[in-house]
Amino acid sequence: MTKTLMYGNTAIGEAAIRAGCQCYFGYPITPQNELTEYMATHLSRRKGCAFVQAESEIAAINMVYGASLAGVRVMTSSSSPGISLKQEGISYLAACELPAVIVNMSRGGPGLGSISAAQSDYFQSTRGGGHGDYRTIVLAPSSVQELADLTHRAFDLADKYMIPVILLGDGMLGQMMEPIEFKHEAPRKLPIRERAVRGAKGRPSRIIKTFTSKPTEMEEINWSLFRRYQLIKKNETTFETYMVEDAELIIVAFGASARIAKGAIRNARAEGLKVGMLMPVTLWPFPYEKIKELGRDTKQFLVFEMNMGQMLEDVQLALEGKREISFYGRPGGVIPTPSEVLRVISRLYHQKGLKKAK
Amino acid sequence: MKKVYSRPKSLKKATFHYCPGCGHSIVHRLLCEVFDELKIQDRVIGIPPPGCSVFAYNYLDVDMAESAHGRGAAVATGIKRACPEALPFTYQGDGDIAAIGTAETIHAANRGEKITSIFINNAVYGMTGGQMAPTTLLEQTTTTSPYGRDAALEGYPIKLSEMLALVKGAAYIERVAVNSPANIKKAKKAIKKAFQTQIDDLGYSLVEILSPCPTNWKMSPIESWKWVDEVMSKEYPLGVIKDITGEKDAD
Amino acid sequence: MLIKTIFAGFGGQGVLSMGLNLAQAAMTEGKEVTYLPSYGAEVRGGTANCTVTISDEEIASPVASSPEFVVALNQPSLVRFQNQIQSGGIFFINSSITEARTTRGDIELIEVPASEMAEKMGNPKGVNTVMLGAFIKKSNLVSLDSLLKGLEDSFKKKPKLIDINKKALKMGFDLF
Ligand SMILES: Cc1ncc(C[n+]2csc(CCOP(=O)(O)OP(=O)(O)O)c2C)c(N)n1
Ligand code: SF4
Repeated sequence: MTKTLMYGNTAIGEAAIRAGCQCYFGYPITPQNELTEYMATHLSRRKGCAFVQAESEIAAINMVYGASLAGVRVMTSSSSPGISLKQEGISYLAACELPAVIVNMSRGGPGLGSISAAQSDYFQSTRGGGHGDYRTIVLAPSSVQELADLTHRAFDLADKYMIPVILLGDGMLGQMMEPIEFKHEAPRKLPIRERAVRGAKGRPSRIIKTFTSKPTEMEEINWSLFRRYQLIKKNETTFETYMVEDAELIIVAFGASARIAKGAIRNARAEGLKVGMLMPVTLWPFPYEKIKELGRDTKQFLVFEMNMGQMLEDVQLALEGKREISFYGRPGGVIPTPSEVLRVISRLYHQKGLKKAK
Repeated sequence: MKKVYSRPKSLKKATFHYCPGCGHSIVHRLLCEVFDELKIQDRVIGIPPPGCSVFAYNYLDVDMAESAHGRGAAVATGIKRACPEALPFTYQGDGDIAAIGTAETIHAANRGEKITSIFINNAVYGMTGGQMAPTTLLEQTTTTSPYGRDAALEGYPIKLSEMLALVKGAAYIERVAVNSPANIKKAKKAIKKAFQTQIDDLGYSLVEILSPCPTNWKMSPIESWKWVDEVMSKEYPLGVIKDITGEKDAD
Repeated sequence: MLIKTIFAGFGGQGVLSMGLNLAQAAMTEGKEVTYLPSYGAEVRGGTANCTVTISDEEIASPVASSPEFVVALNQPSLVRFQNQIQSGGIFFINSSITEARTTRGDIELIEVPASEMAEKMGNPKGVNTVMLGAFIKKSNLVSLDSLLKGLEDSFKKKPKLIDINKKALKMGFDLF
């Protein structure tokens, strides 16, 4: 198949349509507008599909809730301040076990922040984000190709586990163009989901709800969510490794930072510095086990993020205080360069007296 | 020689970042003239929105504080309740006030909050790149209504000012435009009266301003001035929509 | 090879399509490529720019803090970007409408009277295309053929514009 040059944002839109997304609800916010606009152009007039530009993100996520109740594949997208508004709705989706794909092309924060790339929504994404004891699956792409591939996977995971899935990108990935190819052809016809509410024709009526006056019932709901989360952790934890086999120093980075780190590692290797990388693809579930395993052979770790140390805490949990962890972060807004990361690597390498390749 | 123009005292010495022909810069100037004439520069507190006017604080030399998208009326309420001598005003785009902030706006008006709202209606989301706004006209194409706004799918251009006129606590509501010298003069009069309404503690006041956005309308500044006259003000007629102040014009 | 180029100018000068055409051509030649336009509030007030990165290997970052090449179609871009160019890099300027030249001695300056040339051939909107022709001749980043093919694709819907743009491209290319 031939490659086409596509924006990250539009690649998500095309991938979603190919994955069978039937409904999209959004609200304008930079840097993800091209996705909303793509859906307005390509989904709004498609048969059996719907597009609404809502009056707010709160309205948009509740439209998502409605469409998911009706059993179709549905997506919304926004950027940091808008994702904050969606948290209430995401909590309801999680509680009612409703699948949905929520794209966050995150930007600098807190507050109105800036519109350039940042990774400061890591905590919000991986810890549930709204009220209550719930999780969402969080996928972190690092290229336009991965934006498309993981969009597809997000829909599948959402349906498989009846759970909201967050695709966590950033302004840089959304706004850039790269050559990509779509691995899936036309949109597939998907079966209507089992618990959908579409009118009690030929079956007893059905109630989807979480509110209960019985504490024991509430507890059972939470237990059942928890069991599902355990299953997801077991089955779906995904990561990539790069040159870790002989590494004296392993960088842990996700999304845009991971591709920047990779560039730095290539140059470090050329200088004989034995550096490798672990890139979590699922931020939740997080690859604690893999990092622990890497810690058996490698003594030095460097966490690199476009925030001031959020994933860092997960790496600390994974390594259980047994390995030394350094951190390099920029709080977002300014995108670090590969040569900047290379300088950090060289300094660390020297400081810690690590062995060079012969 | 007679001096016919000088920079209002309340307007900072800074170059506007707005596109050529944009209505925001005209309105900023009018606001400053009104602040000077009513001698309220030291009482006014501006609440600019996320939107093209997010940097309004770079131009208006009064206290200013950013608000979250659409929440201006609630923020201004908080300021006014905490500090009744202050004259808070919100400066809001059509997306800000008539989509995401509708609830805050209607309820502030209904409580009769003594605040003033300056509502810039340019029929699009300017800042985010020209998406459909609640005020977008039927058949108008925008980046999210690429086939033209279709009432069956996207609803009708919303008339927030008329809706607000039904609300008891609203004291003064007028729609003006900034697309000709004559209209600009009227706009200034309306802004002045709105602040006077607040100074006199009469209730909520709002001025809706039809404001050209040549960039997203894909027109030259002159074409966009014409479009306000020939198309936009047909849907949004200019004039006083509600006035229970029982007072004469501010000047 | 890892080469970054920034194209900058007024909004209407077609700087974004310049970068896009280059990126497209590089992709058809099988190279790794990223394209990153300026966006958001940065494009208010009428200026625009984009960064194209071309490489043989996976590209780490689409951002250019010190690009090898800068193409400035107007005066504000000339001023804004002249100090960012890497030492030894090349600065292409539209000499028809830029006054100052650069004060830097460690970069090569290439003056292309693109506005005049486009005007003369009766295609005043072709400033960007003339410049692109000159740019690829000097930079040797992609071949003239891939660019010409790319033009055919991008003007598929307006076939009338193909020839006139091809002409503009060649005219810039043949300047040096
Ligand atoms: C919660 C939230 N959602 C979305 C945005 C993105 N955003 C910034 S300005 C804006 C609206 C711009 O349109 P309008 O209010 O009409 O003002 P204009 O720019 O046209 O003056 C939006 C949606 C945001 N800042 N916060
Ligand atoms: S985009 Fe429109 S509203 Fe925004 S500054 Fe430009 S002309 Fe004004």
